[in-house]
Amino acid sequence: MSLAIIIRELGTGMLISVLIFITTLLFSLPLGLLVAFGRMSKNKIVSTLIKGYISIMRGTPLMLQLMVVYFGPYYIFGIRISDSYRLVAALIGFVINYAAYFAEIYRGGIESMPKGQYEAAKVLGYTKGQTFFRIILPQVFKRILPSITNEVITLVKDTSLAFSIAVIEMFTVAKQLAATTSSVVPFIAAGVFYYIFNLLVAILMEKIEKHLNYYR
Amino acid sequence: MSLLRIENLKKCFGENEVLKDISLSVNKGEVLGIIGPSGSGKSTLLRCATGLEVADGGSIDYSGSFGLVFQNFNLFPHFSVLKNICDAPIKVQKRDPQEVEEEALRLLEKMSLKDKADAYPYQLSGGQAQRVSIARALAMNPDILFFDEPTSALDPELTGEILKVIKDLAAENMTMVIVTHEMNFAKNVADQVIFMEGGIIVEQGSPKKVFGSSNERMKNFLGKFGQNG
Repeated sequence: MSLAIIIRELGTGMLISVLIFITTLLFSLPLGLLVAFGRMSKNKIVSTLIKGYISIMRGTPLMLQLMVVYFGPYYIFGIRISDSYRLVAALIGFVINYAAYFAEIYRGGIESMPKGQYEAAKVLGYTKGQTFFRIILPQVFKRILPSITNEVITLVKDTSLAFSIAVIEMFTVAKQLAATTSSVVPFIAAGVFYYIFNLLVAILMEKIEKHLNYYR
Repeated sequence: MSLLRIENLKKCFGENEVLKDISLSVNKGEVLGIIGPSGSGKSTLLRCATGLEVADGGSIDYSGSFGLVFQNFNLFPHFSVLKNICDAPIKVQKRDPQEVEEEALRLLEKMSLKDKADAYPYQLSGGQAQRVSIARALAMNPDILFFDEPTSALDPELTGEILKVIKDLAAENMTMVIVTHEMNFAKNVADQVIFMEGGIIVEQGSPKKVFGSSNERMKNFLGKFGQNG
């Protein structure tokens, strides 16, 4: 099998990897903020529940979580799993896992904000919503960006875990190709793909960080 | 006409009774100076009056709006100087953006900071930052302006520029309540001075009366500033 074919095959898998990556970020970044609010809630029941959720998401392997989301409906509720649920299950698994991590990053950022910013906003008459979205969140975002970058880069590599529920993403393809060709070339090619993907992500994140450097 | 009337104000932090029965009133156009040693409850009084702390007892009555200038400025670092001043009038008071901006530029000119309109807070000296925060408070057109130790975070050589701004405001009959450690300033600018210690008002009245007081605690306090009477 020629390198060109390997790359073409990997390319189709890559599209699925990219799909998982983008969808996960699109949903887990806002969801994480909601989870962070729940975690910081004054309502003890809410904050305890959320704390438990975060603890489980961080304390168990993502691969296991994907399997639970995928096979759970059948084993727990006896619902027949259709083949198209595979990708949906992977997306749900990634989103709820990453939302938990992002929530803790948001919380750290929000709690690191000096009290004076809230007080200045309050005296100036800003509503709670205005205070959070105009004054606090933009500053929090700048503070947490390096931690977010870390998670985003991890996510690029984590998309390969979708192979555990047989989603045809890039790593799954690489494994199949390696088996049929009995060579490591597909793995090396996949490695290069992941590396370039992450390089682009890192460059983009650095651009955003630079963009936010207009203030301190 | 009394713009602010505080009666029998009480505030505790746990077991610690920080304000014990404070009563005062501020008339329109008047400058009230509040002095006293650290921990006497001056800042807590101001924080209760501006709603940053909830009092445990007593009443606070306003006829009008107020602004507050903080010791540490608390400018919004992600907003330019101009936006720091304009944002609340536009977003909170829903005033016409162009009109607000014109007023903000006038205020900056008054603070000799017109060239800093597009700067960000981190590019300012402490004295400049404090003047911006005064302009930010003034842009809301408050009836009373509170100052919480406005020069305490500044290098001594920068306090003068802030005191001059406040003095100019006093000359324009701005109603102000100023918590300060600048004794000479309180003496020269305030119409009324309150000396607090241990959560109570020990001495109250004209600067002449308060600074000339024969009260032992007052004399002891002023002695630490190297000036008596």
